[in-house]
Amino acid sequence: MSDFIDRLSTSVADLDEDAYILHDYEGAVSRWCHGCGDNAILAALQKLCAEEQLPPEKTVFVSGIGCASRLPHYMGTYGFHGLHGRALPVAEGIKIKRPDLHVFVNTGDGDCCAIGAGHWLHAVRYNMNMTVLLHDNRVYGLTKNQVSPTSPQGLVTNTTPRGSSLQPLNALAATLGMSNISFVAQAVDWLPGVLYDIIHQAFRHRGLSFVSILQRCPHYLPGHFDQYIKNPDRIRLLSHPDGLDPDAPYMHRFPSREAHDPSNLDRARELAAVSERLSVGILYRDDAVPCYEDLYRREKHLPIEAKMAALEREFDRFTVLPEG
Amino acid sequence: MDNLNIRQSEFPAQSATEHQGPLAPAAPLQLREHIIEVISDSGEGAQKCGQSFASIAAKMGNGIWTVEIIPAEIEPPPRSIAGASGNRIRIGSHRVTNGGDEADLAVAFNEQVLRGRLQAGALRRGGIILLENKWRFHRDPDIVAAYTSTYDEVIRDGYRVYEIPMEQICFQYTSNPALGKNMFVLGMLSAIYSMDLKLGRQQVAFTFRTKSEDVVDRNVQLLEAGYTWARESLDLGFKIPGSRTKKTQLVMNGNTALALGIMASGMEVCAMYPITPATSAAHYLSEIFEHVDGIVHQAEDEIAACAFAIGASYAGKCAVTITSGPGMSLKQELIGLAAMAEVPLVVINVQRGGPSTGQPTKVEQGDLLQAIFGAHGDAPRVVLAAANIEDCFYLAITARHIAETFNLPVVLLSDANLATAQQLFVRPQPKQEWYAVASDQTEIPKGEQPYEWDDRTGLRRRFIPGQPGGMHTLTGLAHDRASRVAYDPEINEEGIRYRSRKLASFQKTLATPTVYGDPSGDLLIVGWGSTKGVIEEAVDRARADGSAVSSLHLTYLQPMASGIGEILKRFAQVMTVEISWSDSLDDAFVSVDNRRYSNLAWLLRARYLMDVDCWSEVKGQPLKPGSVVQIIRRKLETGRPHV
Repeated sequence: MSDFIDRLSTSVADLDEDAYILHDYEGAVSRWCHGCGDNAILAALQKLCAEEQLPPEKTVFVSGIGCASRLPHYMGTYGFHGLHGRALPVAEGIKIKRPDLHVFVNTGDGDCCAIGAGHWLHAVRYNMNMTVLLHDNRVYGLTKNQVSPTSPQGLVTNTTPRGSSLQPLNALAATLGMSNISFVAQAVDWLPGVLYDIIHQAFRHRGLSFVSILQRCPHYLPGHFDQYIKNPDRIRLLSHPDGLDPDAPYMHRFPSREAHDPSNLDRARELAAVSERLSVGILYRDDAVPCYEDLYRREKHLPIEAKMAALEREFDRFTVLPEG
Repeated sequence: MDNLNIRQSEFPAQSATEHQGPLAPAAPLQLREHIIEVISDSGEGAQKCGQSFASIAAKMGNGIWTVEIIPAEIEPPPRSIAGASGNRIRIGSHRVTNGGDEADLAVAFNEQVLRGRLQAGALRRGGIILLENKWRFHRDPDIVAAYTSTYDEVIRDGYRVYEIPMEQICFQYTSNPALGKNMFVLGMLSAIYSMDLKLGRQQVAFTFRTKSEDVVDRNVQLLEAGYTWARESLDLGFKIPGSRTKKTQLVMNGNTALALGIMASGMEVCAMYPITPATSAAHYLSEIFEHVDGIVHQAEDEIAACAFAIGASYAGKCAVTITSGPGMSLKQELIGLAAMAEVPLVVINVQRGGPSTGQPTKVEQGDLLQAIFGAHGDAPRVVLAAANIEDCFYLAITARHIAETFNLPVVLLSDANLATAQQLFVRPQPKQEWYAVASDQTEIPKGEQPYEWDDRTGLRRRFIPGQPGGMHTLTGLAHDRASRVAYDPEINEEGIRYRSRKLASFQKTLATPTVYGDPSGDLLIVGWGSTKGVIEEAVDRARADGSAVSSLHLTYLQPMASGIGEILKRFAQVMTVEISWSDSLDDAFVSVDNRRYSNLAWLLRARYLMDVDCWSEVKGQPLKPGSVVQIIRRKLETGRPHV
């Protein structure tokens, strides 16, 4: 953090006009509710862009529909605010065409785990190089208080006036059960330092990084995460040389720390399971999983003449020769 | 060899044919055209045989059109009426534009698939049947009975039947005649139709190019055996003189042409989900696309395929998604997004029978209205349809060009008939401009906005990620010129107005289509898509009989070119002929107040305020020119096309 401020102030002091500053990543003023956890995620992403000096024109935030999906409008980069549930396949199309672009996906629990659930598991399996942020506030906000797949059992909403009956979907455990996973983490919006470090590692990972972020909805689920906010002991903070830095300044605030090796998938799955404590940190990473775009898109940047020649070769296969 | 048992039915005197036999092979009968069907159980290779025969005929200089005969199941039970699999090949001295009426000659690998074709009315009474006769000697008496009863029936009905011990002869060359019989038949047909055996050998070598030399040799032997056997044992010999064109031609089916069109269009991303009958285009494209830096992405579903294509388009060159009816329905919300956010997109719909799962392998033209209107709200897009194999190639290139120029979705319609039909067309000359330059990555001048609609044309410069100064968030919400979410009602209407305006400005680039036949008369038949060849042939025949009928074919269905209304008004009656549902006024409860018209008829009635009639059928088969001639006559005589 201080390192980052140093760098920024240095660049300002040097009048390095080529360096990007936080302001370069600011878009429209957010219309989220006061106290909405999405604001914290937005702040972390803007900081990440500045820290990594991502050219705004080379960065695309892709989203679906929902409160979380408004995020691209509040960035100063390119953004694609598309259809409900369809952010992931749009992002994949962008990445296959333009591997040079930095692609982020912002998706809510309804967007990712309900209407877009099919795309979720396949996006994870494709493992294209992008950072996927699940803003999980456990309720539908934009459509005004309906039950979400991740809502706790018994939650009273407009569509479950007598309380929801189903067990919630555990997005983290579900992702860790998918094939070809390469990076899975969990963060919470109310711990900005931890959130930033996790997003930063997710961005640095080459492959699809999936970050489940528990996000407060002060309007429809006020106090829902208070059990964790007010009692840091309920958070099991994961640290490892390949995960969150064991020496990070915030570590000492969490008595229930665990040294977790992110290559240990079995333990990651145990940590993701519902328990007394909420696991926060890098649960799993495997840098060796190949990216879809590397496997399937071997662009050779052929000159037009070569493409025309390839077409002629195909024509040859179907040619009726005018022979005697 | 003594039980080869070649029997030939007596040629019934009452079946009047153009080519009465017996004929000496040395003096083949000259024909203008013939329709041949090769039919077998699925997996016995009749399709490969038929396609190869068509290619040989094309190389002989004949006009050809093939129609695949496809059972709905991958492995239907053997010897079943519904399991007929194979190919119809229409060969002519002239250009052939459709599959024609009834077949003149059929080769059947068993009597049940033959029954299937007879029931479908596919064979001409008195026509020639070459029938595998091994069933007559089968161990199972039920099979023998089924065979002999069918045989007796077709003899009684006046067909000229040749029983042929195909499998028995093939045993001399292969231990598994089920895998080689089709090449024996290819040889037989080559002899009957006086084809050059050298071309047959080349064709076999091409067909089995990925197989071992042994396989090629064995199949060439079978081909030659069939050829020799037919020459020595059959009194059939025809010659359909070809005409050599100066221009080199290609022969392929519509899906192959679509794949080549995509390859030639400069597009680099094709996203799809397997669906019949579109998928074979993606099979071939998957094989060739990387030679032009392209990729075929098989997505997890139809929606994802469309979203993937839109994402790729947004980030650069226009991309394409290819599908059939049900997939088209699923993509509509995303087509609406592409229209709203003005992202270029090409959607290819190889139509099949609907609604719902319908008839996946059969032809229908029921998707025109959904192609034009099938999304919520006002989501303008351009819709064009291929009439033949050549169109499948060129319109894929045109579609990309329109999509990128006007920044909107373009729907290209083909159908199950074109998908598998083979036809000749002049070999295209690839052009540099088909591969238009890569995405614009230059800096956007300060102050320029992502939706600066031109007041007249509605066009605007598309900002592509990577362009400095162009940063904005594209959105499917109503938005202003800066792509900010619009909360002002005036802004919503402004965006809709300009997106609609683009269709009007595009329409100004379209030429008025030309009338086939006289420019005025008693009846104008209007059609679109793959029925063009059938309708024009029917018009030719009806005109030869003295009817004042013409036809008009529409390639651009949305928007339609100027001048069409004036053409329609020059005819006393106007009627569309389509392969989609329409009510008949003769049916119970149906009246002018509730009649449901076929797709194009609705459009013409709405736009030109004329009482446009329609005739259509949904039998899943290509139209026959003979049927259309009858419809024309009836319409002219009674004012109504239906019986």
